[in-house]
Amino acid sequence: MRFEGTDTYIATDDLMVAVNAALALERPLLVKGEPGTGKTVLAEEVAGALGKRLVTWHVKSTTKAQQGLYEYDAVARLRDGQLGDARVNDIRNYIVKGKLWETFEDPHGAVLLIDEIDKADIEFPNDLLLELDRMEFFVYETKETVRALRRPLVLITSNNEKELPDAFLRRCFFHYIRFPDPETMRRIVAVHHPRLRERLVESALRVFYGLRDVPGLKKRPSTSELLDWLKVLEAEGVTDEDVERAATSGMPPLFGALLKSEEDVQAVRHVGTRPGQRRGHGR
Amino acid sequence: MLVDFFFELRRARVPATLREYLTLLEALDADLHGWSLEGLYHLSRAALVKDERFFDRFDQVFAHHFKGAEMDLDAFEVDVPEEWLRKMAERFLTEEEKALIESLGGWEKLMETLRERLREQSERHQGGSRWIGTAGTSPFGAFGFNPEGVRIGQGMSRHRRAVKVWERREYRDLDDGVELGTRKMNVALRRLRSFTREGGDLLLDVDGTVRATADNAGWLDLRWERERHNRVKVLLLLDVGGSMDDHVRDVERLFSACRAEFKHLEHWYFHNCPYEFLWKHNSLRFSERTSTWDVLHRYGRDYRLIFVGDASMSPYEIVMPGGAVEHWNEEPGIVWMRRLLDAYPSAVWLNPVRRRAWDYVESIGILRDVVEERMFPLTLTGLDEAMRSLS
Repeated sequence: MRFEGTDTYIATDDLMVAVNAALALERPLLVKGEPGTGKTVLAEEVAGALGKRLVTWHVKSTTKAQQGLYEYDAVARLRDGQLGDARVNDIRNYIVKGKLWETFEDPHGAVLLIDEIDKADIEFPNDLLLELDRMEFFVYETKETVRALRRPLVLITSNNEKELPDAFLRRCFFHYIRFPDPETMRRIVAVHHPRLRERLVESALRVFYGLRDVPGLKKRPSTSELLDWLKVLEAEGVTDEDVERAATSGMPPLFGALLKSEEDVQAVRHVGTRPGQRRGHGR
Repeated sequence: MLVDFFFELRRARVPATLREYLTLLEALDADLHGWSLEGLYHLSRAALVKDERFFDRFDQVFAHHFKGAEMDLDAFEVDVPEEWLRKMAERFLTEEEKALIESLGGWEKLMETLRERLREQSERHQGGSRWIGTAGTSPFGAFGFNPEGVRIGQGMSRHRRAVKVWERREYRDLDDGVELGTRKMNVALRRLRSFTREGGDLLLDVDGTVRATADNAGWLDLRWERERHNRVKVLLLLDVGGSMDDHVRDVERLFSACRAEFKHLEHWYFHNCPYEFLWKHNSLRFSERTSTWDVLHRYGRDYRLIFVGDASMSPYEIVMPGGAVEHWNEEPGIVWMRRLLDAYPSAVWLNPVRRRAWDYVESIGILRDVVEERMFPLTLTGLDEAMRSLS
């Protein structure tokens, strides 16, 4: 089984090598990169291309590793006990399966996406080491061992908010999604907006890469924002002349799709979107 | 041959481990590299390097180690055919370079030496993993310093198809291998965390539950309370420009470490010494200034104040009205320093200048006095001390 990119997802050579290595050797693949470069989408596309089910585990700052395995709902059992419910006698009624367990149960081997692992506590990855290594864990309450029917493909994304522990990293393959160069970006745009006129795309791309070069932006616009922007440009019937003209005079049309904070809008207004027109400024 | 590559990586301080190396071997065993050098590059990078900061170093080692490996190495094990060498040289030498060949004793002599060199090397390396040495002063091999050099490996890949991926050095910007890594900073800054009862998650309030359940005549009534949350507020004042330019990288790293750590983090810039205004964007430092009074009034006393600066300037810039280098200041910097310190009792100054040198700079002495000795060097230990002093 190999992953070769899909009709809707442009995968670079190195990404394909990394995904296939993770598939073949059954190791997790850690994917990093600027926000909006398609880390989460990658999991969907891989699952789609391989014809497997995707289980997504969104990690938050309060997420604990145990929640991915299972949770024992003691409070529900206590209540049932007080009410004299018959269910109370079987502890298994109160074991709530987590995402990892769900993945392990899939007879075809699912794709598990652990999204934004860096949001969780610093110990979170370490707590999952053994489970991801052996693809099994022990349920203390019922004294049973849960084993994966088929080893799932585990994709993990990180936004670099925290550094991950070395022991965890050693077990993964690693891929860093670079911000696409204009060439790749053209292919990505073509895949998402095949009917868009080439000249509009060209001037939009020029403005877009110009914006990304504005120093001191809090949030540089990313691929997903470019795609949204092109969508509204198309919907509003903006022409490439409009884009060009607006770019020279200051703000690109419908810039709300690209710039998400007032400060960034101010910064762009100040320096403009064309490298050549910028005033001199320090670093 | 891969073992050498692995050790070369480790020598270049890419933290690859044995386990990762074994993974790579396993992957190669499964033919995942597709028998191409580029495949090997992508695969070994995915297996051995786990942080994009090391990509650039990896690229360099890879380029160095596998330089020329895409050539058919058998060619060197048998006798090197003369016309092949000549053709190769013809292809890669410019007219000036051809003229330079004379300095090495002429064309024939150069070819002779090259052939010998090639044979020697292939013998020594047993059909070797590498070609003629690189980055040396030998006349052969790429990136050499000898103007008479024959550019072999480098030229080859240029002619084949642009430059190899690993020769493009696209990840240069991501390398930050200096002693003060973000993680270490994080560790030190974590000391700043203190706990207050605001916001956050729900926790079971055991006492409350017992009381409520008793009130309820034994029917369970769960009570929850808010989890304690990190509420440290930090006001960062950063010195930019002038003598600080050397340290800007350090400061920015500290800065990025801070950002993930605190909910409330405000930063402002100053130059050398804070005066009556500060600014938020360094590119807008002459147009968008904010009065220091406004800053003082905006943030409460519970903010911790952290100055980052080398404190190295003429003493006049601190103690004299009009001493500032960039504008006319009505009040001396020391007055503004005192105001800031009065407003924020918990404050430190982080100084990238090594502690040993502090006594030799008068302005450092003055500012140390002003911050009441709460100046710490911008190192791990210094940060540790600073955070302890703040909390």
